[in-house]
Amino acid sequence: MRSFNFAAEAEKVNPLIPHTAELVVGAIAFTLLFLVLRKAVVPMFEKAFTARTEAIEGGIERAEKAQLEAQRALIQYNEQLSSAQGEASKLREEARIQGATILEELRTKAQEEAARITATAHASIEAERQQAITSLRNEVGALAVELASKIVGEALDDQARQSRIVERFIEDLEKSK
Amino acid sequence: MRALANLHAAGAGFVPPSTNDFNLPPISDSVAWLTKPVLLVFLSVIVVSTFFVLSSRKAAVVPSRLQFAGESVYAFVRNDLARDVIGHDFMRFVPYLFTLFTFVLTNNIFGIVPLLQFPAMSHVGFPYVLAIFSFLVFHYVGIRKQGLGKYLKEIAFMPGVPLPVYILLTPIELATFFIVRPLTLSLRLFANMFAGHLLLLVFIMGGDYMMHDSHLIMKLFSPFSFAFGIALTFFEFMVQCLQAYIFTLLTALYIAGALADEH
Repeated sequence: MRSFNFAAEAEKVNPLIPHTAELVVGAIAFTLLFLVLRKAVVPMFEKAFTARTEAIEGGIERAEKAQLEAQRALIQYNEQLSSAQGEASKLREEARIQGATILEELRTKAQEEAARITATAHASIEAERQQAITSLRNEVGALAVELASKIVGEALDDQARQSRIVERFIEDLEKSK
Repeated sequence: MRALANLHAAGAGFVPPSTNDFNLPPISDSVAWLTKPVLLVFLSVIVVSTFFVLSSRKAAVVPSRLQFAGESVYAFVRNDLARDVIGHDFMRFVPYLFTLFTFVLTNNIFGIVPLLQFPAMSHVGFPYVLAIFSFLVFHYVGIRKQGLGKYLKEIAFMPGVPLPVYILLTPIELATFFIVRPLTLSLRLFANMFAGHLLLLVFIMGGDYMMHDSHLIMKLFSPFSFAFGIALTFFEFMVQCLQAYIFTLLTALYIAGALADEH
């Protein structure tokens, strides 16, 4: 009751008519707040927003760069790997060809050697045969002469003696051999 | 009925709160203009500037709790109101809209803050001032953008309308831009705060009155009145936030309209 006695006694006031003091105070207070917020608050918040955006964008950019680098490295490695594989297969192929060549050469050489050895052997056998023939011929001549002289030197009166002489001769031959 | 009859008989009937309850006496008799709403408005300036200066002072990339709180309000006005409504070149208006929103919101909420409990915006002088500022801002922006002649011509003679329609349209458009907009802007805020405070007064004072009544039934029902008063306080909180938002949103819309080439 206490508080509204004052009101009840006061004259009826139209609430749509402003007090001059309130208009002035409102304008001053609002302007004051506006100046403070514009000067001190808005720039600081904007600064924080900008810094944050930059931090986030920087992070994304860094991540993108790293990813790009990783991709590039991957491509490079793959290239290196495939080139290495190619090289290895080329080397293998070369080695195979080389091995085959070497084998072929060796085989040819061995055949040649064999042929050469055979030829030499043939030649030496022939030479020895020739030599044997020659020496045999000489020996046979000499023997024949010797035998003849022996036969002639002894008295060839009977058959038995003749055959003894021949046998002795052959024995001598065998002994001397 | 009997209780009411008794009341009348006793001659101590309940005096409902009226518009006069909003005319608070000066705090000191020597300074006639220093009333509670005036004091509250100054207090709101101190509270708002202190809070935002403190919360924005560090401007850290990783915000503290305080900075986050201040930033959320700022980001709401900056992005959801200024940027989304005005679009291109919105940063010029962010300080004004930010001040408008925080100033109105704080003064509105003072209406339900214990001990303060008075919405300064229920004194029509303050909404008038804010509406005048918004009025000046959006007209100034439009004139700066398009030139005085073209701006007025665009308002009065909306392009693409058949000639006879102007007889009807021109007065309506002029009235809209120069009378209706500032008036509705201020009166909407004023009326909401005024009515809301009046509602709270009715239920709280009514509960108080019933509690002190000699009749037991009145005493029994008094808590319901208080409870309803409390429920309405929550409702009031919603209205207070909403009105601050609407005032700022409409100002942003008017600015956007003035900036647009075609209305």
